[in-house]
Amino acid sequence: MADKVRFIIERQDGPNDKPYTQEFDVDYRPGLNVVAALMEIQKNPVTVDGKRVPPVTWECNCLEKVCGACMMVINGRARQACCALVDEIQQPIHLAPARTFPVIRDLLIDRSVMFESLKKIQGWVELDGSWEVKDAPIQNPYTAQTAYEISHCMTCGCCLEACPNVGPQSDFIGPAPTVQAYLFNLHPLGKFDAPKRLNALMEKGGITSCGNSQNCVEVCPKSIKLTTYLAQLNRDVNLQALKNIFNF
Amino acid sequence: MAKDMSKKKIAIVGGGISGLLATIKVCELGGEVDLFSYCPVKRSHSLCAQGGINACMDTKGEHDSIYEHFDDTVYGGDFLADQIAVKGMVEAAPKLIKMFDRMGVPFTRTSEGVLDLRNFGGQKHKRTCFAGSTTGQQILYALDEQVRRWEVKGSVTKYEFWEFVRIIKNKEGVCRGLVAQNMNTMEIRAFKADTVILATGGPGQVFGRCTASTICNGSAVSAVYQQGAEIANPEFIQIHPTAIPGSDKNRLMSEACRGEGGRVWVYKDGKPWYFLEEMYPAYGNLVPRDVASRAIYKVCVHMGLGINKENRVYLDLSHIDSGYLERKLGGILEMYSEFVGQDPRKVPMEIFPSVHYSMGGIWVDRKHNTNIPGLMASGECDYQYHGANRLGANSLLSAAYSGTVSGPEAMNWAKTGNKGSELTDAELEAARREVQNEYDKILTMNGSENAHKLHHEMGDLMYKYVAIERDNNGLDACLVELKKLLQRWDNIGITDHSPVANQEAMFVRQLRNMILYAMTITKGARMRDESRGAHAKIVLENGKQKHDADGELVFMGRDDKNFMRTTIVTYDPKTEEPIISYREFDHSLIKPRARNYAVAKKE
Repeated sequence: MADKVRFIIERQDGPNDKPYTQEFDVDYRPGLNVVAALMEIQKNPVTVDGKRVPPVTWECNCLEKVCGACMMVINGRARQACCALVDEIQQPIHLAPARTFPVIRDLLIDRSVMFESLKKIQGWVELDGSWEVKDAPIQNPYTAQTAYEISHCMTCGCCLEACPNVGPQSDFIGPAPTVQAYLFNLHPLGKFDAPKRLNALMEKGGITSCGNSQNCVEVCPKSIKLTTYLAQLNRDVNLQALKNIFNF
Repeated sequence: MAKDMSKKKIAIVGGGISGLLATIKVCELGGEVDLFSYCPVKRSHSLCAQGGINACMDTKGEHDSIYEHFDDTVYGGDFLADQIAVKGMVEAAPKLIKMFDRMGVPFTRTSEGVLDLRNFGGQKHKRTCFAGSTTGQQILYALDEQVRRWEVKGSVTKYEFWEFVRIIKNKEGVCRGLVAQNMNTMEIRAFKADTVILATGGPGQVFGRCTASTICNGSAVSAVYQQGAEIANPEFIQIHPTAIPGSDKNRLMSEACRGEGGRVWVYKDGKPWYFLEEMYPAYGNLVPRDVASRAIYKVCVHMGLGINKENRVYLDLSHIDSGYLERKLGGILEMYSEFVGQDPRKVPMEIFPSVHYSMGGIWVDRKHNTNIPGLMASGECDYQYHGANRLGANSLLSAAYSGTVSGPEAMNWAKTGNKGSELTDAELEAARREVQNEYDKILTMNGSENAHKLHHEMGDLMYKYVAIERDNNGLDACLVELKKLLQRWDNIGITDHSPVANQEAMFVRQLRNMILYAMTITKGARMRDESRGAHAKIVLENGKQKHDADGELVFMGRDDKNFMRTTIVTYDPKTEEPIISYREFDHSLIKPRARNYAVAKKE
């Protein structure tokens, strides 16, 4: 193993600037991950050509793969940088921003579109209020387990970056926000508003825009069975369409 | 739709569990919220809480009681928590769980479909509700969803990727707004508010490597401290016994591992030594965190029995059925495999204690008002509820509960408080200008120091002197070193002058706040000449650490007569140093008694 790890980083000074690449060497140490390497670059932002440059900009919080912040494209694949261990990926390591989203600077991107999509699918339970009402309903533990799986979605955007149908050519809101509708339709109180969510998914950018390429499930860092739930939602949406027509 | 100008405006800084619950409460009471956060609120640090949330649900036939939860919390906190406040929290706990359940938090359930409960440290009953091993994430998401609903209704305006810089007081000294900076466009703006709630979390980053997120830097707390807010009990820093040591961060291995039967051991004389079970027969592996951390530290550092003589011990789950582990702990076991490359279902994990949580924080009354009128604090950034040591799974509870208290009180103050004059446009602009000038000055810094390297040094310093074992020599030395760091801060050089997302310049500003906060922790520890909860101080004799006849270190005892009081820290603007005083608090309900986890608790 070499003492240095080479990073080739696609940088961009601002939202409207042209991208360029810079290369950095970081001292190898066991367990080194991409975020830790970027932190080292912060301490000494000098390129391999010996040029002192502004440190690389990126987003991270938890470094435990639960917050979803540090998603970027690493060696061509969208993933969380904190758990990208240098030992397990090919070197030199290429880092680039996930360009499905607007780039703010370097690896920092604007993912607000996903949070807007969660509004469209009405991703919440219509609670009367946060005061005490009554005991919550008993839930089937198996259904709850499915809900738990889907509820791991950290809105990181890997699946949108990997999906060929998310982009300027389509209005598709993407796998992650779509599948959240399924989550709330599973909940004993949330399901009261299932028709609203299914109707929202009939609209432009909804589930009909999914081309079933299956890329999403390949890249989901939380191993959520996205395609399974997209298929079930597709059935639910069709059924809802029939209900709408025949008014039952 | 035109905004209703008569509506009360509450500024909430921080979108973790406490901030989001406060937001919901304000909205339900008809107020409007400006919600400020370093990140999309869904990415707040609350999501790192793993093991669960305590509430006396008593669904396991164990005859648990709210009183027992109350007593465990007070006893676990070594009698330094306000008992009236704690009582309010434990009584509300079961109601909060039912609310979370209605909101859609996917709690783990029993075969009958009710909420499952697990064991946690310092408690003899199953009392911890959990969603696998990602309870904080699940609770945060449910609240994020409810706040999004209020956002759609127009009651919440989110300012995500905005950094709180300081509060603005009117001429009567009442907090009436704040200055914040957009972290992407770098725009600095002043905001008016009827009440400001800080819910900015803990200061873990003051120690460099810790279990906290990179955003948990305590900078906001330090900023208001420098503007006159009192800090309480900052010396009580929880060291979590079981974390995966890492160079970028120490990753938490939940106490739920021990709750579900995990055992801690090292080799001694060639055989596994389950030292917690031997030292503390009554609680075994489920002793509270301060006790477990000190034991692990002793075994590794003083006895030299760490794995391969390094600072590591085993946390062993390999004897437990792997299907059971998957259901109860799946998320974190996956994390361990991912970051360490070994399967904890098959081989014991290697762990060591790490800085984890701050019991101390901004002083608040029981309604979460600070000493500055119009400014409130809520969640880990306040000092309430945990005394000298927090019980596992009480943090999600205090975060949630404090939000349900601070939100309504913020509205109460907005409606009926003695707020004095409105901020004029000139006052708002003056406050904005001041922050702008400070920021512009940072951009011109061209010294030889790197802010990230200084941060690293500060972390090493704090771990060396103010962590598991403390003594007055070390604490004095640490204060001297911190003052030097503060001077060296002036000599920082900036490499980034960009007008877009300038993370370096913002970090430089945060770092100064962090150094000043580190001084409150260190000074608080220096002045408290006793051992209590997470604060363990070694006796000095002739200027050296004292050992007894068996060669064991001698620690100071708990001194209720002099120190069963809240540490209050105020900032001296002239010297920039912390000034320490002490304040009485209410401990009238449960009479203080010795804390000893080797034997079953006596009430």
